[in-house]
Amino acid sequence: MQPDAFFRRRRLQSALFFIAMAAITYGGMVLTQFDLVQGLSVIPRAFMWGITNFVPDERAWARLPRILEKLQETVLVAVASSTIASIFGLGLALLGANTTRPHPWFSLPARAIASIFRNIDVSVWALILLFSFGQSGFTGFFALFFVTFGFITRVMVETIDEVGIEPVEALRATGAGYTAIISQSVIPACLPQLISWVLYMIETNIRSATLVGILTGTGIGFLFDLYFKNFSYGSASLVVLATVAVVLLIETVSNYIRRTIL
Amino acid sequence: MSLLELDQVTKRYGAETLALDTITFSVQPGEFVAIIGPSGAGKSTLLRSINRLIDITSGDIRFDGVSVPQLRGQALRRHRTQIGMIFQHYNLVNRLSVIENVLHGRLGYKNTLQGILGLYSEEEKREAVRILETLGLSEQMYKRCDQLSGGQKQRVGIARALVQQPKMLLCDEPIASLDPSSAKVIMDTLQEINRSTGITVLVNLHQVDVALHYAERIIGVNRGRVIYDGPPHALSNAQIYQIYGSEAGELILDLKERYAA
Repeated sequence: MQPDAFFRRRRLQSALFFIAMAAITYGGMVLTQFDLVQGLSVIPRAFMWGITNFVPDERAWARLPRILEKLQETVLVAVASSTIASIFGLGLALLGANTTRPHPWFSLPARAIASIFRNIDVSVWALILLFSFGQSGFTGFFALFFVTFGFITRVMVETIDEVGIEPVEALRATGAGYTAIISQSVIPACLPQLISWVLYMIETNIRSATLVGILTGTGIGFLFDLYFKNFSYGSASLVVLATVAVVLLIETVSNYIRRTIL
Repeated sequence: MSLLELDQVTKRYGAETLALDTITFSVQPGEFVAIIGPSGAGKSTLLRSINRLIDITSGDIRFDGVSVPQLRGQALRRHRTQIGMIFQHYNLVNRLSVIENVLHGRLGYKNTLQGILGLYSEEEKREAVRILETLGLSEQMYKRCDQLSGGQKQRVGIARALVQQPKMLLCDEPIASLDPSSAKVIMDTLQEINRSTGITVLVNLHQVDVALHYAERIIGVNRGRVIYDGPPHALSNAQIYQIYGSEAGELILDLKERYAA
């Protein structure tokens, strides 16, 4: 094929693709009766409404101590669930990873358990656990615990297998027992990644804790829900701002820790 | 009495692959033996069957009068403490310091709690330091292993094996990942250990010239069978062809002649 013909075909393909996209977009707008002009013109007004209503007012600032108290509770639940779940997750990962499993039969069940816990969303866990624990901090704790447990198991299985069988083989050759091999070679080799993932889960869990709180009526999520439904938009936005501030703070700290250990 | 005796050792992977085919030989205390052969000849499998990193299918291995294939639990661990192993890829825990990696060689002597916590005695630490000094690694003692060169890593591997106070060293392609000068240092070190301490050395090599230079005895392996077992000077060209196959054999002989000239 001549270069000219090749590029002509290329241009034609691009043009056809663009026309198809435009047609689909226009078709969609007609079907949903979306008026582009009105949609765009309403944006400034929406912003104005948001700014006037969601700026924390005096009443909101007066509620700050209560907000911070609930936020602290939420952060602690997130940290506790992440760290405890990670210990259990690491245990299951050791049973499931190819290099450290006590027997080949352990692998599949361990991975399956991890998969089940991880693939059920945190909000679903919260709603299920609501039946068992009611509206308490435990519900949120266990919802975050289960998801973290599944996630950490999954990533640690991969990390352990990535670190490789070589040091494990060397320690087996010295006559070291199973527990010594795990604690002297596998864990030291995986520790930075483990810490990094635990920090990641703490960040994620603080964000998820807000949603879980809305569902289970606890912590910072409960407060947001309460203010929002009472039309105290200023207070609700202060809750959001405070949460964002805490998440940013924790991210900064964990990035610092990551840089130091890796 | 022989230190190591292999009797009709056979290892099968699945129904088809025969990694080791009725291998029989014995090794006297203090010998320096090189096992040569092409990749996939079964050299690695052979070494790993001696310290039971691999279970053999049939035959018997006796080490120091003890039958190895039946060993379980504590007895197997005790057997392994008597044999140090050195690997092509060093197999160190890269994030740990040199001295910690060396002390790993003592884990075979520890009970569960000592092993988990990594508790080593004063004497063990002093012995590790002494070995590192003789291997010229005293400067590197507290460095992390990922900061070392390949040759230094391999010397750490040797130190880890020596701190076990083994009767025998199994070296699986110890110089295959090293440049020629580091390779020479490692082979000289192994020879020196063999001569000064009398520790038996069994080393897998695919460089024939290196094997001929260092070993007192050559075992040539191809497709899981022993083709040659004897002193280096008696190894004929025809036998090299047999071990390595025709084309590779020509190249090796070519090299050999050039070295001789």
